Amino acid sequence: MDKAANSILYLDDVSVSFDGFKALNSLSLIIEPGEMRAVIGPNGAGKTTMMDVITGKTRPDTGDVLFAETLDLTRLGEAAIAQLGIGRKFQKPSVFERMTVVENLALALAGNRRVGEALFWRMSLAEKTRLDELLDVVRLGSQRDMLAARLSHGQKQWLEIGMLLAQEPKLLLVDEPVAGMTDAETETTATLLKSIAGERSIVVVEHDMSFVRELGVKVTVLHEGSVLAEGSLDHVSSETRVIEVYLGR
Amino acid sequence: MIVHRLLRGTDRGVLITLALILLLTILVPALHLLIPASSPIHVPAYAMALIGKYLCYAMLALSLDLVWGYCGILSLGHGAFFALGGYAMGMYLMRQIGSRGVYGNPDLPDFMVFLNWTELPWYWHGFEWFPFAAVMVLFVPGLLAFLFGFFAFRARVSGVHLSIITQALTFALMLAFFRNDMGFGGNNGLTDFKDILGFNLQSTGTRATFFVATCLALFASLLLCLALTRSRLGAVMTAIRDAESRTRFLGYRVEAFKLFAFTVSACIAGLAGALYVPQVGIINPGEFAPANSIEAVIWAAIGGRGTLFGPILGAVLVNFAKSWFTSALPELWLFALGGLFLAVTLFLPRGLAGLFDRRTAKEATPQVAAAQPEAAE
Repeated sequence: MDKAANSILYLDDVSVSFDGFKALNSLSLIIEPGEMRAVIGPNGAGKTTMMDVITGKTRPDTGDVLFAETLDLTRLGEAAIAQLGIGRKFQKPSVFERMTVVENLALALAGNRRVGEALFWRMSLAEKTRLDELLDVVRLGSQRDMLAARLSHGQKQWLEIGMLLAQEPKLLLVDEPVAGMTDAETETTATLLKSIAGERSIVVVEHDMSFVRELGVKVTVLHEGSVLAEGSLDHVSSETRVIEVYLGR
Repeated sequence: MIVHRLLRGTDRGVLITLALILLLTILVPALHLLIPASSPIHVPAYAMALIGKYLCYAMLALSLDLVWGYCGILSLGHGAFFALGGYAMGMYLMRQIGSRGVYGNPDLPDFMVFLNWTELPWYWHGFEWFPFAAVMVLFVPGLLAFLFGFFAFRARVSGVHLSIITQALTFALMLAFFRNDMGFGGNNGLTDFKDILGFNLQSTGTRATFFVATCLALFASLLLCLALTRSRLGAVMTAIRDAESRTRFLGYRVEAFKLFAFTVSACIAGLAGALYVPQVGIINPGEFAPANSIEAVIWAAIGGRGTLFGPILGAVLVNFAKSWFTSALPELWLFALGGLFLAVTLFLPRGLAGLFDRRTAKEATPQVAAAQPEAAE
């Protein structure tokens, strides 16, 4: 367990295979508290499977997955892991389209998730204040009472990030946040994520290299289910093996 | 206070339905009891029983809407909970017959004497006592729904697969209840009821009381469903319906919420069945027939699912049409039902309630238009 010291997320020798296909092949990754990490890699490199393993959707065949040094995530379900403080944003924006923006955020607010509590829940003043803060953070204040279905693609992505923040997570897993965004929206998203990091740890999976450059954080390159290279973007993009993977052999 | 808070901001359709139910509660028994039979506005006993029956169906449709319309669980076996509630009530009514049966046995219902049974099976004990039977009306369907849901939802059975096993559930129960050695009267079911709580079932006063009880039960069920769907629990239910995995990753244990909704819904269906049996005078295994459950789904779909009042409207209107057709043009009823279902699916995807809603949506159009430029900004 010593190796996991001072880590918010610790993956060691994690392997997952589907029908003989190794989606993850002894993957090891350590994220420090407050760190923002970008994970890049070609299609099929195992990025989404990695997120599935961390959030309890997929059980690894072998390996350790520890959260906050000691908590074994391989034994817990999705809901329990979310309650521990791991928030996940999907690649495709996934919000509740038939609810308003503020209702979406209210549903995500940290707190008890039990059936009985939900039955008698009334929003407290502190929660109302928190909702207003969140609306400001994700720049959706003027869309507060709009149905989520009517938001633009970029706004939906921000709303989902807002929902993640409402959960007060210690770790955010963000899957391709800027896919399909305009340049201006991409820039805003980078600023948004940078303002969140520090307080919380973030793992961003992304294809868009200019966005990764804008984030300016340590990069992990995945390939065929394991780590190919790790370091600054300039460092990894000068590695011959990374160039081979990205440009073809 | 609570009622006031509940009704503020409630959909107009629900408010109108609540008012209509109260109106029926007073009007129908009054026109039956107080107006002489010679008067054209007199409501005859058969009509009151018929409306009472429709209202029981309306409760079944409402219970289905709670799980289907709000939580996305399409149950094709809700008739099973209705029938179980009906059997629990039927067992109480059988025990009330006492020695007035054909064979005059004070302890055993006629069908058990006929089968040469000598003592009452253990599961019939307690049903001679009304409070016990009343609890069983809710408990038995609720327990079955809880056990079924516990395993099905935990195993993440959903969508078509879940619908098919709910259908299998009610079919299996039908086959079981057809068997004489189950001790529920087999093929013939339970009938020849005499009285309830000492009151003659055939008397006008008792019949009017049943009608009022049915109206009030529907009213209370609608209020309960309204309270549930308007709470945060209701928000989680619709969240599950619209994006199940998102809800799970927000930290909600989806299976617990589904289980709660499914169990509450089964209890409402059971209560509907219990009120139905004394009004029609019989309960038999035919009530478990898969076609009954599917019909309930059609009522909800035609009325408009996810609106609470739509399924109530659908159940009453479809059954009214059924009564009319089966006496006037009996051979055409199934075609009419099929045609109605097709027409609603094609032209009114949100059911009859959608018609009502479209009108209110038009009134709200200016606000929507005003909101649009903001969206572009």
